[in-house]
Order: sequence, then structure tokens, then C-alpha cells
Amino acid sequence: MSTASSSFIDRRTIIDWLGIAPFLIFALMFLIVPTLYLVSGAFFNAQGQFTFQNIADLFTPTIMSAYWISIKVSLASSLGGALIGFFLAWAIVLGGLPSWIRSGLLTFSGVASNFAGVPLAFAFIATLGRTGLVTVLMRDWFGFNLYSTGFNLLSFLGLTITYMFFQIPLMVLILTPALDGLKKEWREASEILGASNWQYWRMIGLPILWPSLLGTSLLLFANAFGAIATAYALTGASLNIVPILLYAQIRGDVLHNPNLGYALALGMIVITGLSNVLYIWLRMRAERWQK
Amino acid sequence: MKMTKFFAWFAIAVGVTYFFVPLAGTFEFSLRMRRGEYSLDAYGSVFSDVQFQQTFGFSMLMALLTIVFGMLLVVPTAYWVRLRLPQMRPFVEFVTLMPLVIPAIVIVFGYLRLYNSASYIPFTGSLLGTNILLVMSYITLSLPYMYRSVDTAMRTIDVRTLTEAAEILGAKWPTIMFRCIFPNVMSGVLSGAFITFAIVIGEFTMAALLNRPAFGPYLQLVGANKAYEPSALAIIAFAITWLSMGLIQLVSRFGKLTQSRP
Repeated sequence: MSTASSSFIDRRTIIDWLGIAPFLIFALMFLIVPTLYLVSGAFFNAQGQFTFQNIADLFTPTIMSAYWISIKVSLASSLGGALIGFFLAWAIVLGGLPSWIRSGLLTFSGVASNFAGVPLAFAFIATLGRTGLVTVLMRDWFGFNLYSTGFNLLSFLGLTITYMFFQIPLMVLILTPALDGLKKEWREASEILGASNWQYWRMIGLPILWPSLLGTSLLLFANAFGAIATAYALTGASLNIVPILLYAQIRGDVLHNPNLGYALALGMIVITGLSNVLYIWLRMRAERWQK
Repeated sequence: MKMTKFFAWFAIAVGVTYFFVPLAGTFEFSLRMRRGEYSLDAYGSVFSDVQFQQTFGFSMLMALLTIVFGMLLVVPTAYWVRLRLPQMRPFVEFVTLMPLVIPAIVIVFGYLRLYNSASYIPFTGSLLGTNILLVMSYITLSLPYMYRSVDTAMRTIDVRTLTEAAEILGAKWPTIMFRCIFPNVMSGVLSGAFITFAIVIGEFTMAALLNRPAFGPYLQLVGANKAYEPSALAIIAFAITWLSMGLIQLVSRFGKLTQSRP
């Protein structure tokens, strides 16, 4: 490809763009256009007229409760995952533990953050289900019937506990580098100035870490919000969360209005999109300290 | 300092309990099939199930096709963006991250409406078309991971010098691509391939909604109808994930060794 003379410049530009044409075509066909099709479909009725009715119809009790349960599960599992993940990351970075614990936990986190979907549901049914190991052991050893307390794996709490199995490792993986970035000098400087451990964390550690912490929590939130396989295998269609409602809608138009299904999908994109935009913004803030 | 160490061990203990108990519970449950004693009957029952063999084979094939075609798409794109279109980098990176933002169920919903049998491109109108659509959907799902691992590997080699050297020696572009670029980013290609494999092999949403006989929907079906086999399958799935991640670590360690060679 020689481009010695200037008359070739146009042809060179064309070749340059042809090089990523396959990628652009792929992205358009299998990512962008399908999504835009749903988004635009949300603003039309069955007769093809522009309308906000589908969006307004989202605010009916069934759909609102689905969004509400989804948001609650995602929020609880992301906050729980963030909290426990933070303490685990803190323990391996700053806790003064042997180094094999660090590498072991990071390797395990790589595996567990990818262990989601249907098998994860099986694992928790075998553990906390009605005949699961923990349920049975608690009954036999302590005479404590877990299910008499109103606990049910196929509920908000059960789903949250299950989701945390991939949320915690993800938090550990993302937060460990951020904690590694806390410089020893900051701590030493604060100690010389007479700060207590608590004051160091309140005035230096957490202010530096909070964009990473909050940002990763948002990522976990979006992660849980879009997940369906685990919930579906765990509860069948009995738990009314948005992805399962959308699944039922795709399968058999349970809302009796295809365009309302598009609006449901649009709502999901808006929620996961917002939390990702916030995540990216917070990560840019967090990276200021990691130079 | 003593307090710190105590809390650190405490955090690890809580973590290990939370992660270990479900795995132990699942394993114990998978051994309970024979009444009164532990046995591997559930595993035997799983492996001898014809449907298990068929769906697992189908998903393996889909994973393989996803990896091959995904890499044929991702490696040249990453190469070209680095060599000729650096101004497009932010855009391409943004697009590759989009599948993390848009839930899989929304993407497949779009496919079903856009490519139904009455549309201009009726992918879902035929068996072959649906299989192609499934592979495309898997490439979309694994795009963030494939692109990132390939791009990271490409950062460590000097793409421009390699290309110029090959051109001076008279190489045509297929030679440059497959005998210069691909071998040099092999560690990235392989780690991207293994994570793609881990994602695709048990994927549920796409396969279920496109109505293909894949491993994910089979798992769900077994879960709804049988008692002990699901636990055995969960252990098998966990082992597969562990294997994929172990191979990634091995490959990246191997990649570092070859790079440090003078």
C-alpha cells in the first residue's frame, strides 16, 4: 500500500475505513440497530402512531412492582457485595495476611465472578433450599427450622444472598488495585500529624476510595439488574422481577401489547445505562489518585 | 496492629464460609442420590443422559464457532485501529463495552423482532439462520472480554514496526495478519477464548429465547424436573469455569515468559 503521491490520499482514506467496516457492520447489525429498534418501538402504538402511552403504561401496579423488586434485589446485592467485597479486599491488601491468601482469593474471585447463571441457582437450592445442607444441618443439630422463620430461598432475601456469590468476587477484583493505590506515605504522614486509625480512614482513605467504591457498586447494580438465568432457574416465573417479566412477555406476550414490551426493555436500558454512565464518571474521578 | 490482623482474618473467615458452604452443600447433595450412603450415581446419571451429551456438544460447537469468528472479527479490528485509525479508538472501545450495559435479554428481544421470518433478513426463519444468529449473539456477549484481552496483548508489541518489517520482506496482508499479528497476540487470543468459552457454555437467555437445544436451557430443564442431577451439574459447571480460568492464568504466565525473551 504505497501512498507516495497525494492523489492516493482519498483511496487510502477509503481503505482505512474499509479496515474496520466488518466491525462497524457487525456492531450495527447485532448491537445498535436491534437496541434502537426496541427503543423507538417503545414510542409507537400498534397502529404505528407516535405515542407516550407505552411509557405511561409502565406505571401500572404489576410493572411498577416488578421494577421495584428488581431495584431492591439489585441494590441490596450490590451494597452487600460492595461491603463484604471491600472488607475482603482490605484484608488481603492491608490486613498483613500471608501472600498465598491474597493470590488464592484473587484466583477464586476470577472463577466465582464468572460462576453465574443456572448452576449458581442449583448450588443455592442444594444449600439453602428446603432439603439443602444448611437447612438440614440447622434442623438436626440445633433444632432450628429455617423455613419457620419465614425465610424462603425463592424470595427477595434468597435472591439477594444468591446474587452476592458473583457480586462479592467482582468487587474484590475491581477494588484490590484501588486499595493497592493507597500510598504508604499518606498513612505515615497522617500518623506523624497525630491522626488515629479512624481519622485516617474518615479523612484520607475513604474520601480517596469513595469514587471506586460507589462506582463499582453501580457496576454491580447494573450487573444484577440485567441478570435473568439465576433468578429464572431459582424461582421459575414465581418472582416478579423485570427480566423475568420481559422473558414472559417475549415468550407469550403476557402484557397483551408488544409495544409495552419495548417500553419495558427501554426501562431496563435506561436504568443499566444510567448506572454505567455514573460508574464511568466516578472511575475517571477515582483515577486521578492512581497516577 | 493486632486488631487489624484479627479483623483481616475475620473478614477472610466470613468470605470463605460464604463461598465454601454452597459449594460443599452442592457437592454433598450431589452424592445423596443412593439412599443411606454416598455415591456418584447422580454423575453417572448425568453423563449417561443422551440429552446431556447432545446439548453439551451443541454448546461446545457454538463456543468454538464464537471464538473462531469472534477472533477473526476482533483481532483485525484491534490491529487496524492501532495502525491506521487511532482516532477511532474511543468509539470502538465504547461499542465493545456496550454489551455490558445493555442486558442480554434486551439484545435478543431486538433480534427476535428485527430478524423474524417476515423481515428483510429472516435469520430466525431457518435452522441454519437461527444458529448463525446464536453465534452472533454470543460474539456480542463476549465482545468486551475478547476485545480487551486482545488489545492488552497488542499493547506490548510494536504493531507498526512489525507491519513495516513484513511489508519490506514482501508479505501480503493475509501473511501479515496470520503469520505476524495473530502469533504475537496469541496469549491475548487464548485468554479471550477461554473466558468466552466459560460464558458461552452455560449461557441461558439467548439460547432459550432463540429456541436452540443448548446446554443452558438443558440445565434449567433438569433443574425443574430432577432432584440430585442439578447439583452434580452445578459441580461440573463449576469445574469447567475453574478450568477455563486456570487456563487463562497459565496462558498469561506463558505470554509473559515469551515477551521477556530478548
